Amino acid sequence: MSENATLTETSAGATHMDRLLFGDNQFFGVNHMSEEKARAQAMRFQNLDAVMAVLDTAYDEGITTFMCTTHERIAEVAGRVRSNPARYPDFRFYPCMPYAHKYADAVTEYGMLGAIRRFLPDEGMMNAMLRGGSSIAKKDAEGLITLLVDAEMAAFRGLSTPVIWLQNVVVDLLLGLGFTDAFVIFAQHIKKRYNAEPGFITMNLPLLLDALEKAGIENPLVCSNINKIGFRMSGGIDGYAEALAGRTFRAVAMSVFASGAIPAREAIEWISEQPNIQSIVFGASSQANIRSTKQLVDEFSGSRPKRER
Amino acid sequence: MIKLGVVGLGKMGLSHLAMIKAHPDVQVEAVVDSSGYILDVLGKYTGLATFTDYETMLGSVPLDAVLIATPTRFHGPMVRAALERGLHVFCEKPLCLTSQESQQLAALAAEKGLVTQVGYHNRFVGAFREVKELLDAGAIGRVTHILAEAYGPVVLKSKGTTWRSQRTEGGGCLYDYAAHPVDLLSWYVGAPIGVGGTILGSVFSENTEDEVFSTLYYDNNVSAQLSVNWSDESYRKMTTQITITGTAGRIHADRQEIQVHLGGAAPTIQGYEKGWNVRYTTELTENVWFYLRGEEYSAQLDHFVKSIENADLDGINSFASAAVTDRVLELLTIDAEAGPATRDAEAVVAAAAPAPRRGLLRRR
Repeated sequence: MSENATLTETSAGATHMDRLLFGDNQFFGVNHMSEEKARAQAMRFQNLDAVMAVLDTAYDEGITTFMCTTHERIAEVAGRVRSNPARYPDFRFYPCMPYAHKYADAVTEYGMLGAIRRFLPDEGMMNAMLRGGSSIAKKDAEGLITLLVDAEMAAFRGLSTPVIWLQNVVVDLLLGLGFTDAFVIFAQHIKKRYNAEPGFITMNLPLLLDALEKAGIENPLVCSNINKIGFRMSGGIDGYAEALAGRTFRAVAMSVFASGAIPAREAIEWISEQPNIQSIVFGASSQANIRSTKQLVDEFSGSRPKRER
Repeated sequence: MIKLGVVGLGKMGLSHLAMIKAHPDVQVEAVVDSSGYILDVLGKYTGLATFTDYETMLGSVPLDAVLIATPTRFHGPMVRAALERGLHVFCEKPLCLTSQESQQLAALAAEKGLVTQVGYHNRFVGAFREVKELLDAGAIGRVTHILAEAYGPVVLKSKGTTWRSQRTEGGGCLYDYAAHPVDLLSWYVGAPIGVGGTILGSVFSENTEDEVFSTLYYDNNVSAQLSVNWSDESYRKMTTQITITGTAGRIHADRQEIQVHLGGAAPTIQGYEKGWNVRYTTELTENVWFYLRGEEYSAQLDHFVKSIENADLDGINSFASAAVTDRVLELLTIDAEAGPATRDAEAVVAAAAPAPRRGLLRRR
């Protein structure tokens, strides 16, 4: 496989994305199978050097895109990459915002508006909005969303962020509420302010595609669980198969191993047989797992199906 | 199509609204909250009919059911008003601040033939359901002891500004956090005959407790211990765990997995072998129509909808079942006031001696 084979052809004008993206769950004690394993990982990655060592391994294996939350520790990773451009000439971040737990905890502690106020760069503006009453509040929902995005993006200043994702908890909350205008506000702001491509992470792929289409967001970039056993694929695996075969969007598959429930080779072989998969995002902590995943993806990528449009 | 109103748009209310609004059998007809800002945004961007007053909403919108997610002290009157109008009710946990009121509401709902449910979502977690099925099958013989735990990083400093930091409003670790493992205990072994050695301790909070420890006594020599702390920064998010010891085995479960050890005396259980068995959430969890923050949150709302459709008044987490848990929370509060049951005689003497500065340094 040549180096170029890992780059996928995308529709005209769209961002070129690597076939394989590196995720960050393993660094923050997130494990959907076992809280024991999650804690062991949290201990191992307490030190930033341990995180960087794994990122370096992935980078040196040719996996140069890091799809990461806006967890406060990611700011430290961003700092390391920023300060060493010679080591990381091709390093790209795909920030996924917001890191929901910090908001959820703040809501418990300060209430809904108190939490929003805490995360805005300029407290005065929020206070003015609230004091101004409902008419100003209505006008400034857009301003609020863009301010929150800018606050989350501050850590990535000066770094390459060609795709910026909205996290699934927020996407699916807005989707359920029917607040689809927020997707448009987010997408426009990401394009205009960051010259980047907006992406949407969801646990409800078929429903989200309907909503994005209605909102007029064309050929969207959407990341969701896509795995052989249908784990956490709301709407059912058949609904996902129909979407992949027939809908106009670009899919990024996560949880392809279903948290380890599917053997690696079987998982990658299956995902490679699905149409319209732009990229696969995975997390790993050891060089052996990173390398073997890369080799499996390269092995099966050659036989990827091209979809009739 | 079930016509539903959602009352209270805090953290739980908003997420319930998102899930239930996506339910194919439900039409959300109105939302109620005291904050005009949240209502304005929802009204403008989602087209929902919004109200700042609950009674006004009840009086003007024809409904089949309400979903109540307000601070706990409002539950009683709001639930009663809905039941009196003949509406089915889903209410966030805990149901009421007194078990007497919970029992009265359960009786009123039964009299009116209405579906009731309380948001103890752990009963819809695959691993915790599996525990229930194993216990019902007698998999670990006679249960002797249960350890019920919950830990998480909710309150990490002394100043809180919401109702959750006030015990009088139903805030605090007991009602907000410990209610979950206590409810699992009610599910697994029923109502206790008594409690002892309860500690409601403060780590940071000034007006409520941050940690809850107690021993619960049940019929047939079954005991349980409760260990809960919501000021534990070492946890990334809330973690609830159950460990059950029986004469023929042991079960440990959390939201992600169940570990079961079946001893030689254990009966044959389909899908399990003697010795260790581990099953993960990936095999214990079924997909839901809409996923927001865990299948269990969606599944419990779907259960409420299906109970209404099937006129099933005896579903999971009915008011009657929640009243049992509310009674335990009450017992724990009473017991904690009593302090140590057995005192060291010398310690009593020492405590009686003057200790003038102690009160200034440490307030409980």
